[in-house]
Amino acid sequence: MQIFGKAPHFNFIGKRKLAMIASIVMVVLSLGSLLTQGLNFGIDFAGGTLIQVRFDKAMDLAPVRKAIAPIELGDTVVQSFGAPEEVLIRVEKQGKSNEAQQAIVNDVMAALKPLAGDNGVEMRRVEFVGPQVGEELTEKGMLAMLYAMIAILIYISIRFELRFALGAVAALVHDVILTMGFFSILQKEFTLVVVAALLTVVGYSLNDTIVVYDRIREEMKRMKRQPLTNIINEAVNRTLARTLVTSLTTILVLLALFFLGGAVIHDFALTLLFGVVIGTYSSIFVASPLVLWLDPAKRKKIADEAEASKEGA
Amino acid sequence: MRQQPRWKLYLVLLVALGSIYYALPSILGGGNIPSWMSQKVIHQGLDLQGGLYLLYDVKVEEAVKQAANNMVDTARNVLRKERQRYRGIEQVGADRVVVRLTPKSDAPRMVSLLKEEMRESDVEHFQPEAQIRLTLGEAEKEEIRKYAVDQAIEIIRNRIDAFGVSEPSIQKQGKRRIIVQLPGVENPERAKGLIGRTARLDFKLVNEKADLGRALEGRVPPDSLLMYEERGGREGDKQEYPLVVLKRTVLSGQHIQNAQTTFNEYNEPIVSIKFDGVGGRKFSQITGEHIKERLAIVLDGKVQSAPVIQDKIAGGRATISGSFTREEAHDLAIVLRAGALPAPLVILEERSVGPTLGADSVAQGLESILIGGVLVIVFMVLYYKGFGLLANLAVMLNVSILMTLLAVMQATLTLPGIAGAVLLLGMAVDANVLIFERIREELRLGKSPLAAIDHGYGKAFSTILDANITTLITAVILYQFGTGPVRGFAVTLSIGLLASMFTAIFVTRVVLAEFVKNRRIKKLSI
Repeated sequence: MQIFGKAPHFNFIGKRKLAMIASIVMVVLSLGSLLTQGLNFGIDFAGGTLIQVRFDKAMDLAPVRKAIAPIELGDTVVQSFGAPEEVLIRVEKQGKSNEAQQAIVNDVMAALKPLAGDNGVEMRRVEFVGPQVGEELTEKGMLAMLYAMIAILIYISIRFELRFALGAVAALVHDVILTMGFFSILQKEFTLVVVAALLTVVGYSLNDTIVVYDRIREEMKRMKRQPLTNIINEAVNRTLARTLVTSLTTILVLLALFFLGGAVIHDFALTLLFGVVIGTYSSIFVASPLVLWLDPAKRKKIADEAEASKEGA
Repeated sequence: MRQQPRWKLYLVLLVALGSIYYALPSILGGGNIPSWMSQKVIHQGLDLQGGLYLLYDVKVEEAVKQAANNMVDTARNVLRKERQRYRGIEQVGADRVVVRLTPKSDAPRMVSLLKEEMRESDVEHFQPEAQIRLTLGEAEKEEIRKYAVDQAIEIIRNRIDAFGVSEPSIQKQGKRRIIVQLPGVENPERAKGLIGRTARLDFKLVNEKADLGRALEGRVPPDSLLMYEERGGREGDKQEYPLVVLKRTVLSGQHIQNAQTTFNEYNEPIVSIKFDGVGGRKFSQITGEHIKERLAIVLDGKVQSAPVIQDKIAGGRATISGSFTREEAHDLAIVLRAGALPAPLVILEERSVGPTLGADSVAQGLESILIGGVLVIVFMVLYYKGFGLLANLAVMLNVSILMTLLAVMQATLTLPGIAGAVLLLGMAVDANVLIFERIREELRLGKSPLAAIDHGYGKAFSTILDANITTLITAVILYQFGTGPVRGFAVTLSIGLLASMFTAIFVTRVVLAEFVKNRRIKKLSI
């Protein structure tokens, strides 16, 4: 079985303006959402307390909310988590001291006991993150992202050329903004695990971009007299089968993770699914055209080429 | 394709057998590993096996304050020994003690004596007010802070050992933080109470002359403190009784040699303590001098009890009563034995995972790995036929190498780590795909099968290298800046990437070469 019996000949570069418009629209939408409604930071970053409990029977959320209402926890989210027996209670950071935040767990468990009898409710998971730590994690996350980009920029500049490095990093920034925008638009909870996923998206997208770039470099040597548009098209087409097969196998695994991996891993898988699709798109439609745009000499050549073909027509 | 050296094949076989040997124990799990096998299994993170993770901040400034407070005693002793009169000695701010002398006293001599006694502090003399200021030096304060953290770690370790947790981990993080990880702890609240309690024990005499009513109005004698004693039965009906005690601590918990739970005549649990030699002598002296007075036993600023001294107590034993449950008494004995924390601890971050959730996570994680893996395996065989089988072999070897390295390095596998491994399955295939697509291309160009294989591997090599190294860079940075589970993810990802490069580039080629050797291949199954 093969996707393409022979190397395909799609004119990807010809669609670069369309792709650019699509990317700009998506980036603007993402940034717009990030700026207006922001990210739904989980307690890893915002600070606060998270309590996951399991009842011995399916539980409606209304009685749970009612039971914990007298504790006056302030901003509280109560939601089902994975199964109808599992309930997640998220208490936002409050003006209270660390000690007061700590006491929340005991109060909540005491309030929930009457709902299900003494052994009917089990504490499955507690996470408490003090405000100070949350801030540090945010800072560390941002720094990690920044340093990763710089390191990549340096590595690709050395292995390829500066314009490839710039193209790859631009594609990465594109992917990160879209993935964060995706989280902002859906208001999914943004946690440490999601950050790990985001960085994996960076890794995956980069992987894809490098494979295409490697081919562009190779075709540049082979097709010395051809315009850069043809070279890039050739490279993208020749790596297309690989790009699709790899995306497919990765997506297969991610789908298994998404549907079967359990609630804790759910958002991680979702981020990666979105990221793999975006990363694949960006390596073809963002990273590759950028190499064309970032090269003044070649760009002139294309203009001449276009001129020549017009005159010919 | 030229004849390959034999060692390559042997190396591949060795790696394959070795990794199966080391990976199997982790697959078999806990109790049922045959004795001839490696006993190293993959260490599961707290999110997988359940347990408690705590990040503490050591309030080191409190230790500095305490050190300054100790200077008050030292200065008082010096002045008393010299029979100097003084108007007052008091702590000002966190790190300074001011001694106000009388105009007649021999200030210059006192300054030099105090300098002698407290070398680590700056001793300044202010002439007109006849004041001596003792300030802790910067270096000394830094030393105190560092000692407070190291000492806290030591004490936490002793407490946890006495509590009985298997494989606890206590680490210093940064300058003043401590990470405590307790796998399998089922009662996180109790563990927290045990670790975080300062357990500073002071014996102070009750100021019998003071007027309690006036003290409650805020007029406490300068040498005394208003404290509260908690009395009464269980939760709810506990009541607080005020008490005026002398500020000076006559004996402190640092002289405790041992502490145990026992029962009093009403069969209530109490904690009996035994002092060391110095403590015992002091205790007998104090009790001898203050018969019929009350001695307050103060734990972390709260009066536990204030029994009337009936007689001089020799032998260095005392008991602490209070309305304890057995558990409380037991835990109090542990913390008293292990000693007081030099500074209070504050929890900055806490994560606890119940054992059932951990088990569910593992089951679900492994199930999704298995299913995802099977999907990929089926797809590869359908798509690349014989070469697909080869790739599958490589991916399985890849997983087994990953497990081996995790087990041997004793790295911790976390939930995101499992996710990372699942993702790697998908990505490990990529290296093979790159090579196979190249071989197909070469075949289309009309190359002979063997030449196509050679070119395929050759040309894909640099791509694989570049692609994997860049991903590795992100993994390393992730490790550097990440914490906890994210780190676990980065470790798994890095190891997996290295393993996948080895299997895809080296192993498949060696196996392939062995397969096509001595055969005149006309057509490749790809």
